[in-house]
Amino acid sequence: MTITQRQIIPSPVQPKVITAEKLIAGYEDNIVWRDANFTIDRGEFVAVIGPNGAGKTTLFRLLLGLQRPAGGTIKLFDSEPKRGNPDIGYVPQRHLIDSETNVESLELVHLAFCGHRWGFHLSAKTGRKAALVALEAVGATELAHQSLNALSGGELQRIFLAEALVSNPSLLLLDEPLANLDIRRENDLLQLVNNVVRSRSVTALLIAHNINPLLSFLDKVIYIANGKVATGRPKEVLTSEVLSALYGVHIEVLHDSRGNIAIVGIEEHHGDE
Amino acid sequence: MNSLTFNINLFAALQQMFQYQFMQHAFEAGTLVAIIAGIVGYFVVLRRSSFAAHALSHIGFAGAAGAVLFGISPVYGLLLFTTVGGSMMAALSPRAAHRDVHIGTVLAFMLGIGVLFISLYTGYATEAYSILFGEILGISNSDVLLTLVAALIIISIIAVVYRPLLFASLDEDVAEAKGMPTFLLGIIFMILVAVATSIAVQVVGVLLIFSLMVTPAAIAQQLAKRPHHVVIISVAIALMATWLGLFTAFYEPYPVSFFITSIVFVLYLLVRFVYRRIRPLKVSQASFQNAA
Repeated sequence: MTITQRQIIPSPVQPKVITAEKLIAGYEDNIVWRDANFTIDRGEFVAVIGPNGAGKTTLFRLLLGLQRPAGGTIKLFDSEPKRGNPDIGYVPQRHLIDSETNVESLELVHLAFCGHRWGFHLSAKTGRKAALVALEAVGATELAHQSLNALSGGELQRIFLAEALVSNPSLLLLDEPLANLDIRRENDLLQLVNNVVRSRSVTALLIAHNINPLLSFLDKVIYIANGKVATGRPKEVLTSEVLSALYGVHIEVLHDSRGNIAIVGIEEHHGDE
Repeated sequence: MNSLTFNINLFAALQQMFQYQFMQHAFEAGTLVAIIAGIVGYFVVLRRSSFAAHALSHIGFAGAAGAVLFGISPVYGLLLFTTVGGSMMAALSPRAAHRDVHIGTVLAFMLGIGVLFISLYTGYATEAYSILFGEILGISNSDVLLTLVAALIIISIIAVVYRPLLFASLDEDVAEAKGMPTFLLGIIFMILVAVATSIAVQVVGVLLIFSLMVTPAAIAQQLAKRPHHVVIISVAIALMATWLGLFTAFYEPYPVSFFITSIVFVLYLLVRFVYRRIRPLKVSQASFQNAA
């Protein structure tokens, strides 16, 4: 796979990136959510939101092929998800790099490029170049030779994003990248992801607790709560009528003067963490 | 080493030392062990598995004591017990490094078995002593050969798994998602530690294994940020401590392992408390963030 190439070739019929039909997640004796039907197109920026433990990460595990659906189908580029798909760039949820791990950022990104290969390689030029390109794409060139344990939360998330981008994937899965970031860094990172999505025509799924900082960037939202999944454009899905109908209880979506929303009635506090 | 006096002419001193075959063997085995321990030790530190490595050496103690009881070379007992024990640790819990309580329970039990074997053995108590604290000056020709074979095996395995093992140690979740065999790599890693421990016990003994398997790599990690640089520095430290320890012990009537552990510890203190203060300051992070 080349890094610089793979231009966007517009084709008349774009295959869906993700198609879920009557998808059931979890295990037979422990269903997490059921009856999810949605499609995600190429180049869409999608937020996956919902309360803690609702099964947001489970969706990622299904896409990564780390878990099988309990029912229904999920397709990734028209085929079943399988482990080790080079088309996916994944940033798992994690809190901190161990403070003793004194490894420079470039090495981590470099290893994400060639770490799956067995054997020794004396000349690492292509890999290092790819890693530098990825670091540049996330505006972290200056961090290349800094040790991971010396980086701030926001800087680390940039490096993790570069680590995911280095193999030039067409789908990004970002699990809670905004956790532990203050509002300004949160916005910086979202801008960055948005730039990547728009400039490379990459599809990004981003798990978050709070939808508000994301609203201005999003194409779609996947809302997971109480064992059910609602998907669509934020304005269409996140309304009192749609959510109330879906969940069968009265749910209110409140708006404040700045356009922020809060979802009341399904579980408290998840709107504004 | 008793009545010998130190010759200020280094060449003559070395010549004098290598007249003795046991010194030759000690240097050969010590060099091999230092190289292996320095390399494997980096992965031990990176994976935060130093407790597991420590435990493996205790499991090895039971094996060594058993071997002594049956009249065979302790290193075979060590190899058998540590390899089986290491694979089991990796197989039972993929993230064994963090299961301190389980590992601790098993290691205490294994040490108990070792004590039983030693008490059943009617020979000299020095056998137990040399397993616990190392007896590099008593290494035989065949021990050196076995050490060489073990070292070559470890180096060839590492040459193959170097990059995947490094990546899986740094970022296990992403490695798993990329379809890398993280479970298998965990088992391979523990087997590497097992074999490295078994041969290192000859030099520093079961109880002092940390001084070669962990401390040199921990020091090296403070001095470099790129994995292969860390590995090279780690090997250099282990080699220097072993050679210097052997050299000193030739003239002074104290155990080699005491010198090795002391040298490594002094280096650790220096790097930990002196180097950290004098090393150049990092580029200001605040300025970068503002620019971005």
